[in-house]
Amino acid sequence: MTQTDHAPVLQLQEISKRFGAVQALSRVDLDVAAGEVLGLVGDNGAGKSTVIKIISGIYQPDTGEIRFAGRPVAIHGPTDATALGISTVYQDLALCDNLDVVANLYLGREAVSLEGGPLTVLNEVSMEQRAIGVLRDLAVRIPSVRIPVASLSGGQRQSVAVARAVMWNSRVVLLDEPTAALGVAQTRQVLDLILRLKQQGLGVLVISHNLADVFEVCDRIHVLYLGRSVGTYDVKGASREQVVAAITGAEFAEEEADAAALAGAIEPSAQPGDAS
Amino acid sequence: MSTMVDDPRLLQEQPGLAGFFTGLRRRVSQGELGVLPVVVGLLVICVIFQIANNNFLSARNLTNLVLQIAATGTIAVGVVLVLLLGEIDLSVGEVSGLCAAVMAVLNVNAGWPGPLAIAAGVLTGVGVGAVQGLWVTRFRVPSFVVTLAGLLAWQGLRLKVLGGTGTVNLTDATITDLANRFLPNWAGWLVGLLCVAAYLGNLAISRRRRMAAGLRTPSWGAFGGQIAIVVIAVLGAVAILNADRGVPLAVLFFLGFIVVFDLILRLTRFGRHTFAVGGNAEAARRAGISVDGIRLSVFILASALAACGGILAASRLLAVNQSSGGGDVLLNAIAAAVIGGTSLFGGRGSVWAALLGALVIGAISNGMDLLALASSVKFMITGGVLLLAVTIDAVSRRGREAAGRA
Repeated sequence: MTQTDHAPVLQLQEISKRFGAVQALSRVDLDVAAGEVLGLVGDNGAGKSTVIKIISGIYQPDTGEIRFAGRPVAIHGPTDATALGISTVYQDLALCDNLDVVANLYLGREAVSLEGGPLTVLNEVSMEQRAIGVLRDLAVRIPSVRIPVASLSGGQRQSVAVARAVMWNSRVVLLDEPTAALGVAQTRQVLDLILRLKQQGLGVLVISHNLADVFEVCDRIHVLYLGRSVGTYDVKGASREQVVAAITGAEFAEEEADAAALAGAIEPSAQPGDAS
Repeated sequence: MSTMVDDPRLLQEQPGLAGFFTGLRRRVSQGELGVLPVVVGLLVICVIFQIANNNFLSARNLTNLVLQIAATGTIAVGVVLVLLLGEIDLSVGEVSGLCAAVMAVLNVNAGWPGPLAIAAGVLTGVGVGAVQGLWVTRFRVPSFVVTLAGLLAWQGLRLKVLGGTGTVNLTDATITDLANRFLPNWAGWLVGLLCVAAYLGNLAISRRRRMAAGLRTPSWGAFGGQIAIVVIAVLGAVAILNADRGVPLAVLFFLGFIVVFDLILRLTRFGRHTFAVGGNAEAARRAGISVDGIRLSVFILASALAACGGILAASRLLAVNQSSGGGDVLLNAIAAAVIGGTSLFGGRGSVWAALLGALVIGAISNGMDLLALASSVKFMITGGVLLLAVTIDAVSRRGREAAGRA
């Protein structure tokens, strides 16, 4: 297993989650360091979304521990996650198409020039100024910050959603399928943005089905198979075939020792039939 | 001055009147019609009726026209707010009648002074809105059903309040003045000039703030078209109304509601959140906005504005009777909001739609009255105009989608 030099900012230790008869996650371990991009891959139903929802506070784990910046933390809801500095960009982006870019970036946290209860007046000038600054720092190129989000391309919308997630002192950002349904140029735009988040020292956790994208931006790849962690691969030392084999569970057909030797990074936690 | 490199695809508006018209042409070709169809429609209607009867554009008839639309238009302001959320309020007509009835009975039968009776009428609207809004937010019953039930129930309550004779005649000066009092000519001019000055002053201040902050600031020339339209519209309206009896108090109230709610929607957090809930309620909820709080407030505002409209209508009629707020009041108010360009799907529109739409509906009705057409014809033509307006919206939405701006 390859560890980055940095201490992990976010760690999941032995996280399990059961929904009725379905064991969604069993003893999942993963960690993300500051300035690192971790890819979270796995087939449909492998538990990727459950992991994201546990980190962002939508689900509570049944057992296991989440550590943030070395301290154990309890994340009881999305506000707890946000307060820690964990932001999530879901696949549906949650943008208001009818509002302009500035309004979307500040939705729910508007800058105010005159506090007056229900008639609190917005400070559009300061919001627009900071919005331009945030987008420039992330090198997000959009025609204007004052056009409705509906007029933007898919990549630009994704970029706005990411910018909104990270502009409030985030330390870890979770991206759920950020390049799904994007064209080539727009995918490029989003991948560049992910690298810029990394440069700025954020820990980035990317869920993706697209291995080409994952291999391009991630430092390490964590594979889930039927709710278990089957391994963490360093992109420099791993081949795409190894990762595909881990995703599809193909290596379980082989001798476990062989697989471990092949991948050089597989944790021996995966025993088929090992009910927890 | 610009702090960001301009994207070549950026839609830059050129300064001056020429830029105004270039921008207009681009928006029309891409289906971003805004208020253009309704303004063109209004002009066409005016030309047709003026040709058919040359009294139509007389100062006296235009004054009558604005008096006729003040009540419906005020109700339509509330309808616009509800439509912005993507909801509907079918009870506004009956609520306007109920609140007027409460005011009339308290004033005439119980002897309350006019201002107090008016306040009680408006508060009745607030109460009705709170009940309907809570029902929608608590029990998740669609607003269509809640307010349809309200339409029936408030009608019954109004008949109960009016009691035996079913008609209450109003004589209290405070109440009757609302729709029957006109400003003296000098006061009308003063109000018009103050409006123009406030508009220009606001433009200048926001321009200076943006420049001080180093944000991209359009030159004065870029506002040329807009400024010309506002100044001509305001001062022209004052001149026409002064040529007859002066600016009616009711019209001042109606326009006041529009200006106030336009400012609230554009400048305040409440307005921003209203648009957000109408655009994407789930996104608003995740951003920490109290979606139910916004919904409840908007239903209260809609009913309160309906109450104000009902009171204006009662003042004009000098009475509240069994048909107050019934008939086509509701349909005209909703038609006005929609004809004015408010989207039925939420998140798009402006309270100025209430003025433009009410003018269209009012002009058609007034013009056909001048021509002494049967009400059968009036209903059919009004229906046709409503359908046309919604069709223009639907077709222009296709244009926006084609231009990637849906």
